[in-house]
Parts: sequence; structure tokens; C-alpha cells
Amino acid sequence: MLAELGQILLAFTLIISLFYGTRALYMVSRSSDDIHFSALRKSLSQTAILVNLIIFSSFFLLMNLFAVSDFSVLLVAQNSNALLPLPYKLAATWGSHEGSFLLWILMLSAWTTLVSIFSKPLTDKFQIRVVSILLLLQAVFLVYLIFTSNPFERVFPPPAAGRDLNPLLQDPFMIIHPPMLYMGYVGFSVCFALAVAALLEGKIDSVWARWCRPWANAAWAFLTMGILLGSWWAYRELGWGGWWFWDPVENASLMPWFAGTALMHSLAVTDKRNALKSWTVLLAIIAFAFSLLGTFLVRSGILTSVHSFASDPTRGVFILVILTLIVGSALVLYGVKTKNLGMGDNFTPVSRESLLLVNNIIMAGSLAAVMLGTLYPLIAEVITGRKMSVGPPYFNSVISPILLPAVFFMAIAPWVIWKKSTLFPALKGLVLPVFISVVVAVFFIFYQKQTSFGSALGMIGAITLFLGTLFSAFQRLQQLKKRALENANHKTIMLFHRIKILGAAYWGMILAHIGIAIFTAGVVFVMTYQIEKDIVLKPNQIETIGDHNLTFVGIRPISGPNFSGVEGIFELTKNQSNTIHLLNPQKRKYIRSDDPMTEASILYGFFGDFYVSLGEPTSLGTEGLTPETSWTIRASYKPLMGWVWVGCFLMALGGGLAIFDKRYFKQKNTHERKFVDQSASITNAKKLIENTSQTKAAG
Amino acid sequence: MSLIRVWLPLVILLSIAVIFVFGLKNDPSYIPSVRIDKKAPSFSLQTLEQAINKSDDSKISPKNWEGKIWILNVFASWCVACNIEHPILMKLANENSNIKIIGLAYKDNPDKTKEWLRKNGNPYDMVLVDLNGNVGIDYGVYGVPETFIIDSVGMIRYKNVGPIQPTFYEDHLLPFINN
Repeated sequence: MLAELGQILLAFTLIISLFYGTRALYMVSRSSDDIHFSALRKSLSQTAILVNLIIFSSFFLLMNLFAVSDFSVLLVAQNSNALLPLPYKLAATWGSHEGSFLLWILMLSAWTTLVSIFSKPLTDKFQIRVVSILLLLQAVFLVYLIFTSNPFERVFPPPAAGRDLNPLLQDPFMIIHPPMLYMGYVGFSVCFALAVAALLEGKIDSVWARWCRPWANAAWAFLTMGILLGSWWAYRELGWGGWWFWDPVENASLMPWFAGTALMHSLAVTDKRNALKSWTVLLAIIAFAFSLLGTFLVRSGILTSVHSFASDPTRGVFILVILTLIVGSALVLYGVKTKNLGMGDNFTPVSRESLLLVNNIIMAGSLAAVMLGTLYPLIAEVITGRKMSVGPPYFNSVISPILLPAVFFMAIAPWVIWKKSTLFPALKGLVLPVFISVVVAVFFIFYQKQTSFGSALGMIGAITLFLGTLFSAFQRLQQLKKRALENANHKTIMLFHRIKILGAAYWGMILAHIGIAIFTAGVVFVMTYQIEKDIVLKPNQIETIGDHNLTFVGIRPISGPNFSGVEGIFELTKNQSNTIHLLNPQKRKYIRSDDPMTEASILYGFFGDFYVSLGEPTSLGTEGLTPETSWTIRASYKPLMGWVWVGCFLMALGGGLAIFDKRYFKQKNTHERKFVDQSASITNAKKLIENTSQTKAAG
Repeated sequence: MSLIRVWLPLVILLSIAVIFVFGLKNDPSYIPSVRIDKKAPSFSLQTLEQAINKSDDSKISPKNWEGKIWILNVFASWCVACNIEHPILMKLANENSNIKIIGLAYKDNPDKTKEWLRKNGNPYDMVLVDLNGNVGIDYGVYGVPETFIIDSVGMIRYKNVGPIQPTFYEDHLLPFINN
């Protein structure tokens, strides 16, 4: 009966969030008074927490059904198997469309709870608006879940064995990849709600932007982490040796990332300079719109992709309606209200804000390019009726020229101050970084033959960014020291205090930018210098790849709880080194699928990864697989591959660090809390009654 | 602020939505095959009974159904999705005796196929055994189940990837028969 209970809980939350969300929004919009809402605010926060708890219980029930392998539940029967190891059984909860959507909603409610807890500086009215918008969003998605993708549906008669989790998803990192990605997607709902609430109120200022910043940072950090994990998974699991395939679903996660990156940076401008207001609000809406689009693309099966696991056109139509409705109404509101916002202050050409605007333009350009490439096949199919695809060539040739300049602008950014700056002193700090990077690039051009103009430029960009950012941080610390010495302020002379003064947002930025430098270096080196070989090897044959020698020792059978297969044994030695590394790529056959799954074997290293994946036996004689059978093998050396992951990780870490900047939390409370300790609850109750009677009278 | 700048985002959103609406109309499980509107590839296969009894060597080819509309349904006992479409096939078989439904047991052990059909019912007029999947390759089978509609002159007219829908008869077969 647990499945039925889970379903009832979902229906219950739908009613609660729909009712309380609408009611609160209505009450707030009917009254022009600002002070009488602290009771409503409190009760709404409690509602949000309650909704979160109920959805969590429902999710927990589903997880439990997976844990005990209750195959009378359709979702469990389709996505789990008794032989599946327990962690995967639990992870299978979100391995399917229905389950992952429940997770989506769970995260939305978790974000709502966070907003209702950590929002003391907001005015009552504003906070009520934000929370009720989030509650209404939950209601909309609950409708979708309950009516089109019920995770608790029963199947009769129950099958004896489950169909098993998609083998592609049976990987430790796949357990955390979707939750991370969803935390990012859904996190932008907070910025969306903040933007819509601000539009409703007709007021957007630097206080609002400061409010939005930690949420945008948090969502962005999660999204970055989610994309990183997904990409790393593809690298290890798909056996193609690549790490980014410009697959529609990968692009679907990249688009909100670009929008979110732009949002973070334009929020900084609105925060510090009270400018770019309507653009920032628009970005907040767009970032969430692309998060929804990402969900839509994965779930509708409208585009063919390695990810289209579950596709059902009716669901696609439903999500499309939701998407158009939510984003459309926000954009209508934007169209009506944005005129009243004002343009804010003007910029001078050389200033921090102009550079942030450049970031926005570049991000918007990348977003448009990726969107065009992703949707082009769809547009083409609508017009010509033929299926076609825009492959990596398009993206590689379009995206790098757009993003490479960003690396250079990013290097200048920390040297330029707000309002008005002069270019020359700013560039002075970059002289040494540029000099060093050019020397390195020239060295590579002469030393390595494959170096192209583009990759040399990429190298220069990466090194300039890395050194320039480090130098600028160092310079800031020195400046503070100088000032402290002048004022004889002994406290701030200490390094630790100076670091603290600069703030978490500053260090987050430095960290993330350094991450991008490392990431760029990784991408440039992998793209330029990787050696990839598809070879056929007989046991005991040796192949040379770069300065590595790979010996194919043989094949041995393996078996796991829900799979069987073969494992290759390879010995890897580097020239002039006696160390032998063992590599064991596998080929697994799972219960569910007839297609063999590839588990690449990777030797990670600071300077590069060595990657081996097992292909197929070349010729099966009459006696089948023998010790003499030769195998196709993909072996490659990928210089600085690890830097790609480390760089992404630093970006996410930087975004995460920036959340904790004190500036975001030490806000002057715009209206003092009037009701204190024990009398508070009584007064609150009275006020609530008053409010309700007022609304009644008004209605 | 100009009118265009304010409303452009909405216009973009709506045009993307329109594209999606058209995109969704295109059935994602419909993969245009080079085989469509081409002659159904010939084969010569044993029936399930022949394969089990190992007695008779006479082979079956598409010529058997010349002049008739027939359905080739690729299935297997190991295929889970086949359980979903099986009741639909049963219903189709019971209600339309004029259409020949031929089962192609794809890379399946004949004994297991027989057991599976005994348990779930047999909607097929004939079950052919494609032990090593060669015929599957000829027909461009992506996965199991897959269903082909072949007309009276032996042309493949429609191909369905994945389980057929309950409306398969009305949607794909009926308009075709009426033509």
C-alpha cells in the first residue's frame, strides 16, 4: 500500500501548494499596505517546509519500493532488478522519467524551503510573493507528474523479475550526476521567482540584485558540477574516448549554463552600479526558461540523442504547454512592467561594468549559437520533412571563436575598476603574463609540429588568464597592506584579515576564473596533441602510442551481480621508465540490454591520461573465442585531460564559495520586526484575521 | 525603451514553441528507413516447428504471402517490451483474420520462443526463426520489437520501432487497407 500512500501524498501537496500559493499571492496583490503580512509570511514559510517534507516522504516511499524490489510497481519493474546492487537500486529511483521528475519537484520544494528560511532581509510582501510563486511552480509540475507520469503506477500481474536499470546508468557517478544537474536547473527557479516578484512589485534595484546573487551562484555551481559529472561519465562509459559530444541533451544543459553565467555577471552590475536592470531580470527568466527547455528536450524525445531514454509525445506536449505558459506569462509581465524600471546609470567604455557587459554579450552569443545548432535539425525537419543532424563540426567551429576572446577579456577584468578606469594601467598588470604565455606558445609552436594558430592563441589565453588573475589578486592584497600601513591599522596588515576583507565573492571569482584558465589549457592540449589509435592487437603484441608502449596480455572472463563479460589485460610502460601500469578495460553484457557496455580503463596522470577501451574480437573462428583471437582496441593518450575536470571543478567551487559572501547576508532589514517573543504569535493571529477580513471586505 | 526590445523575448519564445509543436507531431519512433517503399528483402527461413523438430527442411520465403497484406513482427522471448505489445497483437489477430501476422523470432532459442508463446498466447499465423539475426539485418532492425507492414506487391509500406500502440490498426493499417 506504500505506493498508494505516496500517490495520495503527492495529490495532497498539489492541493496545499496550489491553494496556499494562490491565496497568498492574491492577498498580497489586493493590499497596498506593507506591514500587515508578517503572519502570512510565517505561515507561508511553514507551508513551504511542510510541502517539502511531504514530497520528501513520497520520494522516500518510492526509493523504498526500489530498495525492496516491489515489481508490482510499474516503474520498479521497468527500471530495477533483484540482482541490481543496492546503491544502484536506490539510484534507479531517479533513473527513469517519472522518478527523475519527482526528484525535480523534490528539489524545487527544497529550494523553496531554503528561500523561506534564509530570506530575513526581504520585506514581507516580497518574500510572500517569491515563496508563493515557487509554490505555484510546484503545483504546476505536480499536475504534470500526477497526470502524465505517475511514478507509483501499479502493474498487474506483477512480473517476476524487473527489467533492470539502463546499463548506461549503472555507474557510481551516474548516481550523483542527475541530482547535481537538477539542483542547478531547479535552482534557477529561485532567481526566476525573485525576478517575477520584483516585476510584480515594479521595483528592481541593487538590493534586489544582491538578494538574487547567492541563489544564482548556488544554482550555477550545482549546474557546473552536474555538467562536469555528466561529461566525465561519458568519457569513461561510452567508450568513444571523447568527453563532449555536442549531443542535444548535453547542449540542453549547456544553454542554461551560458544563461546562468551571464546572469551572475549582470547581477554584479545591477548590484554594484544599479544598472542593466531590465536585462538582468530578463536573464533570470531566460536562465530558468532554458532549464525547463533542458528538461523538455530530454523528456519529450523530440531530438534523437543518447539520452532519450523515455520518450512519449503526449508528455512532450504537456511540458511544452507548461514551459510556454510559465515563461510566456513571465515575459508578458516583463513586457508590461519593464518600462517602469528605468535604465539605470550609464557606462564609460573602460570600466568593470563594460567588461561584465562584454561577458554578457559573449555568453548570449554562445547561447544563441548552441541553441541554433541544437534546434536546427528540428527546424529543418519541420520545413523539409527530413531528419538531419548538425554535428560537432558546426559547434567546434562556431563556439571556439566566440569563447576564446572571453578568456582574454576575463584576464583584463580584475584589473579594471568600477565606474571609470583607464585602459593603460589596467593592461600594465598583464604585460608579464602575456609575455610569459607568448614565450610558452612559441616554444610549443617550434617544439610540437601540430600546433595551429588557434591552439597557440588558446594557450596564450589560458596562461595569460591564469597568471593575470593570480597577479591581480596579489596586487589587491598588496594594496590593502599599503593602505593598512598608512593608517597604522595593525589588524588588517595580517594576510588572513586582508583575505577576509576582500570577501568570499571576490575569491570565488578568482577561483572560478583560474578554473577556466586550467580548463582552457586542458581543452587546447587535448584537442591539439591527443594521440588516438584504433588498432587490432593479438595477445602479446606491443603497440607504441606516443612515448608509451602498450602490451596486450590477453582476455579473461568476468562476472558481476547483474552482468557478465570480458576484461582485457594491458600493460603500459612509458619510455625510460620501469614502472608497469595495468589497464583493464571491460566489455559487459547486462541483463537488460543485448548491447555490450564499454568500461574504458584510464590511467590518470597530471600531464595526461592514458585511455584504453576494448572493441570487438575481429574474427571468430569455428571454435569461437580463443586465446589467440585478436581484438580491436581504441587506445589514446590525452595530454592534460585531467585539467578539464579540475578546471570545471574549480569553477563550481568558486561559484559555491561566492555564495557565502557576507555582503549578501548583512542586509539592513528594510522594515524592523515589530512583533517580538511571546506576544508575537497572538498579534500575528490577530493580524491574519484582520488581513482576511480586509481582503473579504475589499472583495 | 523600444517596443521591439521589450517584446522580442516573447516573440522568440512563441516561435520556438510553434517549432516544437510541429516537431512533436513527427513521431520520434518513426525512423525513416531506406527500406520504406522498397521491395521487402527476400529470405528463406524455417518455421518454429521445423526448427524444434529439426525434421523438415522446406524453407519459407515472402513469396508465401504474395497478393496479400501482411505484417512482419520482430519479437523475442528475451525482449521485455514485447510483453507490452503482445496483448495488442493478440487483439489485432483476433479481430482481423484477413491480415497475416508473421512473427520473426529474432536471435532467440526456439524452445524458449515456443514456451513464451505457450504462456502468452500466439497471435501469429506463422513464426519464423531468425537464429543469427541475418534477416533482421536485411530489414534494418534497430531493436526488438519492430513491426513492418508489407503490401500485396511485396513492398514495405510502414515500419514501427518499439512496441506498437493500441491504435496501430486504426492509425497505420486501416488507412492503408482502404487505399
